[in-house]
Amino acid sequence: MAKQIDVENLNVYYGDFLAVQDASVNIAPLTVTAFIGPSGCGKSTFLRTLNRMHEVIPGGRVTGKVLLDGEDLYGSDVDPVNVRRTVGMVFQKANPFPTMSIYDNVIAGYKIAGTRKSKNDFDDIVERSLRGANLWEEVKQRLNRPGAGLSGGQQQRLCIARAIAVEPQVLLMDEPCSALDPISTLAIEDLIAELKASYTIVIVTHNMQQAARVSDRTAFFNLAGVGQPGRLVEYDETSKIFSNPSQKATEDYISGRFG
Amino acid sequence: MTSLAAGSRPTRTQPSELVGARLPRWAPVAAAVAGVVLALALKAVLGWTGWLTAFFSAALLFVVVLTGWSFRVEGRRRAKDRLASTLIYSSFVAALVPLVLILGYIVVKGLPAFNADFFTHSMNGVGSRAGGGLYAAFIGTLEQVAIAAIIALPIGLFTAIYLVEYGKGGFARAVTFFVDVMTGVPSIVAGLFVYTFLLLGTGLRPFGAAGSIALAILMLPVVVRSSEEMLKLVPRELRDASYALGVPKWRTIVKVVLPTALSGLITSALLAIARVAGETAPLILLVGYAAKINNNPFHGDQATLPMFVWDQLGKRTGNASDFGEARAWGAALTLVLLVLLLNVGARLLARLARPKTR
Repeated sequence: MAKQIDVENLNVYYGDFLAVQDASVNIAPLTVTAFIGPSGCGKSTFLRTLNRMHEVIPGGRVTGKVLLDGEDLYGSDVDPVNVRRTVGMVFQKANPFPTMSIYDNVIAGYKIAGTRKSKNDFDDIVERSLRGANLWEEVKQRLNRPGAGLSGGQQQRLCIARAIAVEPQVLLMDEPCSALDPISTLAIEDLIAELKASYTIVIVTHNMQQAARVSDRTAFFNLAGVGQPGRLVEYDETSKIFSNPSQKATEDYISGRFG
Repeated sequence: MTSLAAGSRPTRTQPSELVGARLPRWAPVAAAVAGVVLALALKAVLGWTGWLTAFFSAALLFVVVLTGWSFRVEGRRRAKDRLASTLIYSSFVAALVPLVLILGYIVVKGLPAFNADFFTHSMNGVGSRAGGGLYAAFIGTLEQVAIAAIIALPIGLFTAIYLVEYGKGGFARAVTFFVDVMTGVPSIVAGLFVYTFLLLGTGLRPFGAAGSIALAILMLPVVVRSSEEMLKLVPRELRDASYALGVPKWRTIVKVVLPTALSGLITSALLAIARVAGETAPLILLVGYAAKINNNPFHGDQATLPMFVWDQLGKRTGNASDFGEARAWGAALTLVLLVLLLNVGARLLARLARPKTR
C-alpha cells in the first residue's frame, strides 16, 4: 500500500553547511507532489533525505523527522537499506547498470541484493515492470541486449521499471526528464499519471509546466541568498500555487520574474 | 558528389581575409635539407671531428630555419605552432629510438639461441659449452611471479576498495601516503628487508618463494594505485542506483562496482605482474641460482630468467663464453616476449570484460 510521508522541521546538512532549513511537508498517499525552485535551493537534497540517500554523500546528515506512515525513517534502529527498499528513487541521469542486460537491469534490485526467485517469477516481474514503465513493447524482443544500448528516454524508463520492480510504496524522482526530448518527456509524464494509482510520487523538476501538468501539490523552495540555506517557501495545491500563490517569491518565480 | 540547389557563388575580387600565407608542403623537408647542409658546412669550416656535434647542429639548424622561415612568411602564431610541433615530434622520436633499438638488438641477438632444446633443457652440466637452455629459469620465474601475484593482487585490490569505498580521514590518508612511499622503494631494499627477516632471522637457505615475497612487496603499490584509479572511474550514479534499490553497500561493491571496473582491474593486475617479472636485485639475495631444474619454489635455490642472463654472461662465475652470451640474449628475448605477452593478454582480457552497449 502506498504510504503517507510527513516531514517535520527537517534541517539538512553537508558537513557544517546547512543546505535546507526547517522544512515541513505532509504528502498524502497516492498523490504526485512536485518540488520546484531555482538551482541550488536544496530541493534535490531534500528529496534524497526521504529515502536516506542523502547520507551516502560524505558529511551528509539531517536533524528533524521524516515519518513514513508515522514511523521515523531516522529512528536509531532503522536500517537505511530497508528504507530504500520501501522508498524507491529515479535519478536525473539515467543510470542503467552497464554490465547488465535489459532483463537483468529490471531485476537488479533482487539480483544484486541476492534475493532468489524462480525464473518464472523473474519473467513475470520483468514483464510487469516494463509494462508499468511503458517500455515492454519496445524492448520485449531484445531483453538480453545491454541496457546501455537503449536511447536516453528508454534508459530512463528502464530505470523507472527497475525502481518499481522491487515494489516500493513511494517513488522519488529527481528531475527525471531534464535530459530527455519532449516526446520522451511526454511518455514519462503519462507514466507518472498511471503510476499515481499505485504509488506515492514525489518529483523534483525545473520545468514548471511539467509541475503544473503532473502534480497534485507543489512545494516551492528558494534561497535567501548566496551561502544561505534553502527554505521551503510555499507548499499548496498545484492549482493554487500556479494561479494564486500566497507568497510574492513564488509568484515571481513561476512568472519568470525571478532574481 | 551530390550538389544542392544551384546558388551562384559570389565571385571574389580581392583576397579573403580568411586566407593566410602558408609555407609550401615541402617546407619541413627543405628546412631539414638546409639544416643538414649547413651543419656539414660548419663541420668542414670549423673542423669538427666526429659526427655527434654535426648531428645536433643539424637538428638545431633545422628548427631555426623552419621557425624563422615560417615567422617571415606565415607570421608569429604559425611560427610558434611550427616550433611546438617540431619539439613534440622530436621528443616522441627521441623517446622511441632507444626503445626500438633495444628491442631490435635483443631480437637480433636473441633469436639465434631459440631452438627446441633451449626451452626444454636446463643448464645442468652444460657449463660454458654449447647446448642447454632456460627451462629451469623459465619455471622459476613463472612460479615466483605467480606466488607474488597470489600474495599481492588480493591485498592490493582490497586496499584499493578500502581507499575508494570506505576510507576517509587520517587513516586512509596515511595508507595512501605509505603506498606512495612504497612505490619508490628500490627493489634491493625490498630484497634486503625480506632477507633480514626471513632468511637471517630463521637461518633458512634461499628459496623461490622468498623472492616472491619481495616481488609482492614491489607489486603491491602498483596494484593499489592502478586499481584505485579504476574503481574511482565507476560513476557515483551507479552506486546511487544500487543503494536506492535497497542494496547493502558490500553487495553494491561486489555486484556493481567490481564488475563495472573489471576490465580496468584486469589490466592493472597484469601490468603489475609484468612490472616485476624482470626484477633481478632481490632475487640475488633471496633465491640464488641453480643450474639444474628445481620445481619446488619452497625449498632450495631456483633459477630465474633475469638471474639466468646474469649467470650466462659469466658475471656470477667469472667464466664468460660465446655460447653463454648467446644464451643470455636468448633469455633476455624470452623475458621481453613474456612481458609483451602479458601486455597483449591484458588488453585482450580487458576488451572482453568491457561493458557492452550493443
